Amino acid sequence: MPSTIRLDIVSTERELFSGECAMVIAPGVMGELGIMPRHSPLVTRLKPGEVRAELPQGGEETFYISGGILEVQPHVVTILSDTGNRAEDLDEAAALAAQEQAERMLADRGSDIDEARARAELAQAAAQLQAIRRLRNRR
Amino acid sequence: MAGAKEIRTKIKSVQNTQKITRAMEMVAASKMRKAQERMREARPYAERMRSVIAHVSAANSEYRHPFLVARDEVKRVGFIIVSSDRGLCGGLNNNLFRQAVRELDRWRSEKVESDFCVIGNKGGVFFRRLGVNLLASTAHVGDAPTVDALVGTVKVMLDAYSEGRVDRVFFIYNKFVNSMTQSPVVEQLLPRLPSDEDEVRHRWDYLYEPDARDVLDHLLNRYIESLVYQGVVENIASEQAARMVAMKAASDNAGGLIDDLQLQYNKARQASITQELSEIVGGAAAL
Repeated sequence: MPSTIRLDIVSTERELFSGECAMVIAPGVMGELGIMPRHSPLVTRLKPGEVRAELPQGGEETFYISGGILEVQPHVVTILSDTGNRAEDLDEAAALAAQEQAERMLADRGSDIDEARARAELAQAAAQLQAIRRLRNRR
Repeated sequence: MAGAKEIRTKIKSVQNTQKITRAMEMVAASKMRKAQERMREARPYAERMRSVIAHVSAANSEYRHPFLVARDEVKRVGFIIVSSDRGLCGGLNNNLFRQAVRELDRWRSEKVESDFCVIGNKGGVFFRRLGVNLLASTAHVGDAPTVDALVGTVKVMLDAYSEGRVDRVFFIYNKFVNSMTQSPVVEQLLPRLPSDEDEVRHRWDYLYEPDARDVLDHLLNRYIESLVYQGVVENIASEQAARMVAMKAASDNAGGLIDDLQLQYNKARQASITQELSEIVGGAAAL
């Protein structure tokens, strides 16, 4: 009977941990879970909190996660960790911010075009000025 | 002498430009490597996620999540478009936008209107000018984007899909093939098309906490986000690669320009020396 279980912790941005463990302790939404080798298959959501991995040679590794999914297969535990701070209302706020930015972009269409026109006029004026100066020097 | 000094100043200024383009080329090369690294690091998450989703949905065939069910009638489609924040990267953005406009026209010809969510500054400016219906936009995600920065834009589109305001969501970004080739791709994000990779090899009877439906909802949301994240990272790698190539071309062109100018300068210098000499000889002969 194997005395260790493989643990992989991955987040969208990178892999956080991959290795053998004697036991994994994770904060499930329904309560803290301790997973040992040959645990029955399980899928659960995780709360923000600490994941502790007890290493077979003693000692432990601790990771802070801000939520995610835990999947247990007979010999592998996978934690799909969220990155950053995720909460329903924070997501909502982010969505609103993105919408606002789109609206703002649409709203200041006028000023942007004005700016482009002003810049074009400025460039023209500068070119004329330069031409006049050159003519003067030639005389 | 006509121009010898002016040519010299011109050479100087072209040399300065060349220095800048060389520096930009090198910066882009190093940023590209980092972006490629990030692409690689983002892969395991999406793979794991895909296998868990395949497992869970195979085990719960009676519950079909709306993200997985194709709708018969398409009344409106959504696009999530990734572009770069900055220019000077060759035709990268323009090729992508051309592709997007082609898609838009194709749907329009079938009397289907489109909504847009745009990531990146260049896309925002372009699609605003195009006058399309922009639902959300994010700009300045930087060279090392975080998922947090993208969540808002993605959520707007997912909500639109869940509420039935759009019936299909497409994702358009530049795929990084290698440092010389980047190609704009259009992927269908929602409903998710089943792929061969979803094949389940081992099937477990999972225990679910709190329940399968909740877990699957959560998983699918995260999965879509991770796909978008990956696209954004890939687009950044493409941007840097395109910039590297563009800047290399610019440096080479500047080199060519300097050679030409140098030739002109030498001719001008020689002409002035010849003229001086003939004046001296002429003066001596006159005595």
